[in-house]
Amino acid sequence: MLERVTESGSGEPTGAGDEPGAGDESGVGDRGGASDRAASAGSQPVVGRIRFMDEQRVNLDGFAVEDVDLGLVALWSPFDPEPSVVVRDGRVVELDGVAEDDFDSIDEYIARHGLDLAVAPEAMAIDDVAFARLLVDPSVSRSEVVRLSAGTTPAKLARVLALLRPAELVMAMTKLRARRTPSNQAHVTNRLDDPLLLAADAATAAAFGFREIETTVPVLADAPSNAVACLIGSAAACAGVLIQCSVEEALELELGMRGLTSYAETISLYGTEQVFVDGDDTPWSKAFLTSAYASRGMKMRVSSGSGAEALMAGAERKSMFYLEARCVSLARAIGSQGVQNGGIDAASVAGAVPRGVRALMAENVMVMMRNLESCSGNDALMSESDMRRTSRTLPIVLAGSDYVFSGFGMIQRYDNMFGPSNFNAEDIDDFLVMQRDWGVDGGLRTVGPEAIAAMRRRAAEACRAVYRHLGLADFSDAHLELAVDAAGSKDLGETDTLAVLSAAQAIRDSGMTVVDIVAALDETGFEEEAERVLALTRARVGGDYLQTAAIFDEQMQVLSLVTDPNDYAGPGTGYEPTPARQREIDTIRQARGTDDLAAEQAGFASPLLRPTGPARPGEDQRDVIIGVSPAVGRDVWRTLSGQLVVDVLGELLAGLEEEGCIGRVVRVNDTFDLGRIGLSAARLSGSGIGIGLQGKGTALIHRRDLPPLANLELYSTAPVVTPELYRLLGANAARHAKGTTPDPARNPYTDEAIEARYHTKVIALVALERRWVRDGCPPEELSLEGLR
Amino acid sequence: MTGGDAPSSEATLRALSGRGADELTLAAVRGGELGLSDLMIHPSTLEHQADVAAHHENPQLAENLRRAAELTRLADGEVLAIYEALRPRRSSQAELEQLADSLAGRELLRTAALVREAAAVYGRRGLAG
Repeated sequence: MLERVTESGSGEPTGAGDEPGAGDESGVGDRGGASDRAASAGSQPVVGRIRFMDEQRVNLDGFAVEDVDLGLVALWSPFDPEPSVVVRDGRVVELDGVAEDDFDSIDEYIARHGLDLAVAPEAMAIDDVAFARLLVDPSVSRSEVVRLSAGTTPAKLARVLALLRPAELVMAMTKLRARRTPSNQAHVTNRLDDPLLLAADAATAAAFGFREIETTVPVLADAPSNAVACLIGSAAACAGVLIQCSVEEALELELGMRGLTSYAETISLYGTEQVFVDGDDTPWSKAFLTSAYASRGMKMRVSSGSGAEALMAGAERKSMFYLEARCVSLARAIGSQGVQNGGIDAASVAGAVPRGVRALMAENVMVMMRNLESCSGNDALMSESDMRRTSRTLPIVLAGSDYVFSGFGMIQRYDNMFGPSNFNAEDIDDFLVMQRDWGVDGGLRTVGPEAIAAMRRRAAEACRAVYRHLGLADFSDAHLELAVDAAGSKDLGETDTLAVLSAAQAIRDSGMTVVDIVAALDETGFEEEAERVLALTRARVGGDYLQTAAIFDEQMQVLSLVTDPNDYAGPGTGYEPTPARQREIDTIRQARGTDDLAAEQAGFASPLLRPTGPARPGEDQRDVIIGVSPAVGRDVWRTLSGQLVVDVLGELLAGLEEEGCIGRVVRVNDTFDLGRIGLSAARLSGSGIGIGLQGKGTALIHRRDLPPLANLELYSTAPVVTPELYRLLGANAARHAKGTTPDPARNPYTDEAIEARYHTKVIALVALERRWVRDGCPPEELSLEGLR
Repeated sequence: MTGGDAPSSEATLRALSGRGADELTLAAVRGGELGLSDLMIHPSTLEHQADVAAHHENPQLAENLRRAAELTRLADGEVLAIYEALRPRRSSQAELEQLADSLAGRELLRTAALVREAAAVYGRRGLAG
């Protein structure tokens, strides 16, 4: 259906309002749509500024004009019903304007099972704005909101939530999510269904903190193998990670029944009967399936999300949000403990219309109001623009959700068999830094490179051993090494995909269960992994993780609505990371302290720049002194640009010499201020001209009669000063000394975030300089030996 | 957390087979003692979890877990067959009613009620085969 929408953007009529020739104004724009329109209308030529804007990545996204007929409307359509519920003799006889005789199957299920009729009159009578305020007011408890929401019809839910502004949605999510401790889910798949790579990537995901791993297949028959590989891989990292293999309903249930997976979430609900039935299910078949999973001790949640009905041309002129309210109400009615929503596969459809991204988050909050677990989407790449996809996800990270992502792509985009997620392997460090920036818990943590390498190896070895032991497949040492090291399946080269298929077939046909996997792990020397997989199995018998929003922590304690209820009631309450968890969030592997910098500098130390005695005043008119900062030749040896200080001095001296001057190097010991260093040098030099150079590479030309803060030339952007520019600075100092005209250098241009990159280094380098500052300690002459 | 919500204790839990959860050990795996029914949840455990869910303001989840308790008595194949029968246009209204009667006859009363309700709605909405 996406194609049809795109075609409408290229001129096909999209509805009654279209007039001949108005085609390019309709529906969805292609890349650079705005200027295309102007050009085709034969108006002004497009100016460079607009052409430049058109080239930006955000303009690869499709944006749709709201169109009620196509269901391309986010929060409200004039065809959404007025909220209503009429109860006669304890039976709902009207729901959201529809009389009982006209109930479709969704209305019917919600009316019979989804509403608390004791609360409905009270809840439905609350003014929409007053209800909306209950959602954000910290003095109103979550359980009061839950109580009232239980008696609220889909149309009312949609109306109330549509009133929340973005910041209010963040407040509401903070207060209303079921579980106190936020968590996160990962996608682990690859294009080859390679078991060793799946195992290594599952271990990586578990190590980074994901408590659920969702896998799927490009080749359906591979599913049993993928489930086993992810199960083993995650156990190599830690205990308690829940595994899901998202495939066709019957096969998924079968894998769960054998204990190879522990939860399911791709049980799709839709907001109109037509689309629901097109999906080959009814509310009753889904209700049954929900019980079927529970009967085998498996956790499950359903999936819905804005835009699915529009995508299937079945929106019936309703807003995406109202249709989603029907799904969420139905999810509660059929007894699902949770919902995966927030657009999901159709996130970019919602994203194409005004307020669509806001509606995606409001969907999650709606689930929470209904006292259900929210697995909050962010699992489909909804934009080509990094800013836009971050904008879509960030508020949910800030608020915290039961699962911030219903699938963070822990793998390369090309390996994600669900399609790329909104965040992917290349975004893991970004996410960790975002957590740290805001001081929030998004469920993830940094893991050191050695630990990741060790866990990936352990996972791949365990997986290979089990496959070999059970006669499923044999993988070579070379393959294992590639899987451990791989950033993605393209790094594996050619693999034997038929071997995977036959392994999967053998798992399925032999009736293999999780007990066989445990035994194989144990017998091949992976006892710890065997214990972890067995612990998951034992927990299934207990059933505590069937409760709302349940995850296991790494000690196999269940965290859920029951054991870890969200108790947010304003500032100072609710979830706060423990000190240990806060350290995990704060400690990213890229952070550097002064000690790290000092060690790095010490690695560049050399025997050059020996002191030769107190600095003498020069008398020669050609004498130009280069003053260096106190730590140069002691603790600081390399500038921010990566050039060695001795090489920079070599360039400066060469520049002086080219213009007929003679340079000396003097270390100033009583200040690290560049102006004062330069001035001290100028006052000592025979010519009255001095060069100041800080160890970090900042440099200037000074003259003895200028105030300290003045200068003749300054290179302020140390990280990007080249050797040629230092040489030019030397030459210009000489020209000042001789009274000829210098050729001033321009500071080099950069569009990089130069300050972000270097400011922490600057602070550390300045700290190193400060350690060597001695009040009243005179400047000293340094040896020029080896500088040219 | 109230007293009634205490997480299930392994000391008192039993799998569907009757084996205690505390017996689900690596030693038992090594002895080849464990089968699939040792890994399956017991209906009384599901009933307990249903009580907990009801106590936490989710009677629908409780109903689901009670229906699940009934389904523990059915083999995997039969569970999958009932699911198939409930999908759109797989069964006539009469067939669904027959299925409901059969389930009720085996004391799967909640499941039977679900199927019976489906039969009526499917008839009215053209979802019966």
